[in-house]
Amino acid sequence: MRDAFVQRLTELAERDPRIVLITADLGFGVLTEFARRFPRQYLNVGVAEQNMIGVATGMAMEGFVVFTYSIANFAFMRCLEQIRNDAAYHAANVKVIAVGGGFSYGALGSSHHATEDLAIMRAVPDVVVAAPGDDWEAAELTSAIAQRPGTCYLRLDRCGATSAAGHGERFQLGRARRLREGTDLTLVATGGILRHACEAADALARDGIHCRLLSMPTLEPLDLQSLRAAASETGGIITIEEHSVKGGLGGAVAEALLESGAVPRRFRRLGLRAGFSSIVGSQDYLRRVYGIDALAIESQAREILDRDPSMEPEPCLIAARICS
Amino acid sequence: MEINTIELARRIRLHALEMTSRGESSHIGSVLSVADILAVLYGAVLRINPADPTDPSRDRFILSKGHAGAGVYAALAETGFLPTARLATHCQDGSMLSGHVSHKNVPGVEFSTGSLGHGLPVAAGMAYAARMRRQSHRVVVLLSDGECDEGSNWEAMLFAAHQQLDNLLVIVDYNKLQSLASVQGTLGLEPFVDKWASFGWLVSEMDGHDHQEIRQVLEQASVPDPLGQGRPKCLIAHTVKGKGVSFMEHQVLWHYRTARGAEYQAAWRELAGDAA
Repeated sequence: MRDAFVQRLTELAERDPRIVLITADLGFGVLTEFARRFPRQYLNVGVAEQNMIGVATGMAMEGFVVFTYSIANFAFMRCLEQIRNDAAYHAANVKVIAVGGGFSYGALGSSHHATEDLAIMRAVPDVVVAAPGDDWEAAELTSAIAQRPGTCYLRLDRCGATSAAGHGERFQLGRARRLREGTDLTLVATGGILRHACEAADALARDGIHCRLLSMPTLEPLDLQSLRAAASETGGIITIEEHSVKGGLGGAVAEALLESGAVPRRFRRLGLRAGFSSIVGSQDYLRRVYGIDALAIESQAREILDRDPSMEPEPCLIAARICS
Repeated sequence: MEINTIELARRIRLHALEMTSRGESSHIGSVLSVADILAVLYGAVLRINPADPTDPSRDRFILSKGHAGAGVYAALAETGFLPTARLATHCQDGSMLSGHVSHKNVPGVEFSTGSLGHGLPVAAGMAYAARMRRQSHRVVVLLSDGECDEGSNWEAMLFAAHQQLDNLLVIVDYNKLQSLASVQGTLGLEPFVDKWASFGWLVSEMDGHDHQEIRQVLEQASVPDPLGQGRPKCLIAHTVKGKGVSFMEHQVLWHYRTARGAEYQAAWRELAGDAA
């Protein structure tokens, strides 16, 4: 996904001298070619993320389109106030690129587990929040946020689903992509965990359970229209994210649907509930341990479908269950 | 037209006293500390134009110590960027003139601050951009001394020196008092000049209330680094918190206290001087 981003940014930088990439001393081997080709449009500010966002904002206010680059928690959390007060409040063209979403750096420990970023960034006003599910989405989002005025947050996972852009498919910022058809349930995934959602949907389909699969590469703005359709046209919604269940995709979907009056017949958030992960391991190992991998998605889907929807609580009680 | 900066400073102080009192807001001591610097900047040094506040060739000025925002609003009003009558809305319900300086709907405010340690990195980015584009304007940023506790400033100090941003000018309002106590008793900055110099900055000191000296030092700071090293410039302005009101001077109390009643009247008389 990182490579897809850099490749697209390279194409953009070639055409547009306003594009600048600033790194806080990360991107070994990944940014080398960009730096060589565009020395004027590349800047390593050292291990200083607060200054990075400040400098990026200053440059953006002078007309540049500035991409900042670091590992997820350093990229947004160390310098969150700079993103809020400097970049976002001034509607500055600062695009925060956070590499290593979720457990991408699973073996490196909790400092490198980026599992609250979507919730935190969603709460900052006037920031586009995006987490592509595959390389195609990563590349398309890079173009989309470069074009869109203002501050954006882009979470990049180590790897995502196999890119499956339909023939002639056009990416639209803020719109979900429908990757599988079905009416039994809707699976909604954001970020690289999309691969597991695809695998789960395919496995379920083999058993005759047909799920609609939505890839939701932007959380802000959120595609309420697709969610409302999923709520009314399918048997329920399961949200899937490599992120805390608090305030990320599941939270965003629940808030938006309940407020719009479109209550799905069944609803479940798959995400992280266990607090800090003090164990380490590969990304897929941790996904398995924390119950967000393809097998877990599949079993959650079966379990939720086993319930008779007519026995589900009344809508007013559903709200309470979602919050629990 | 040449502006009398002494008179401008007097008006900034009077406006700020009235604004903070009416708005029941804090930081009058901090505004009085920088009123002379602001008057010389807005009245004589900065190349800015109220008829075209976003002229690309303008000098950029950032008040990083955003809590002295009343001083900037007053300076902008007195130099034609906004009607002076608007100052009466400062900190009032529905106003866009916030206690910490904000650019929204206030022509002439380059950048909003309020949380400390934000102005210098942004100014460094502006200076870097100006150099990339071979623009000749300067970027000036005014910091407080207590603000230098913030680590982000030191990140930016390293960056600006490394990038040889000699179009960047920092002024530090060194009144030696911060929010709760003295700077030296809180988190000492001395040897302050040496710290900036060791980070690769060209440092000067000045009396932050002597208009002639401020102007002279600011004008000197516009010439290239005599050593040809592209050093960014830092002017450490020795100032008095609460300057101009005898019972506020050197008193940490007036970082937060609002002048009311007899205190307000007394402060007004002292600041108004002969015109009272």
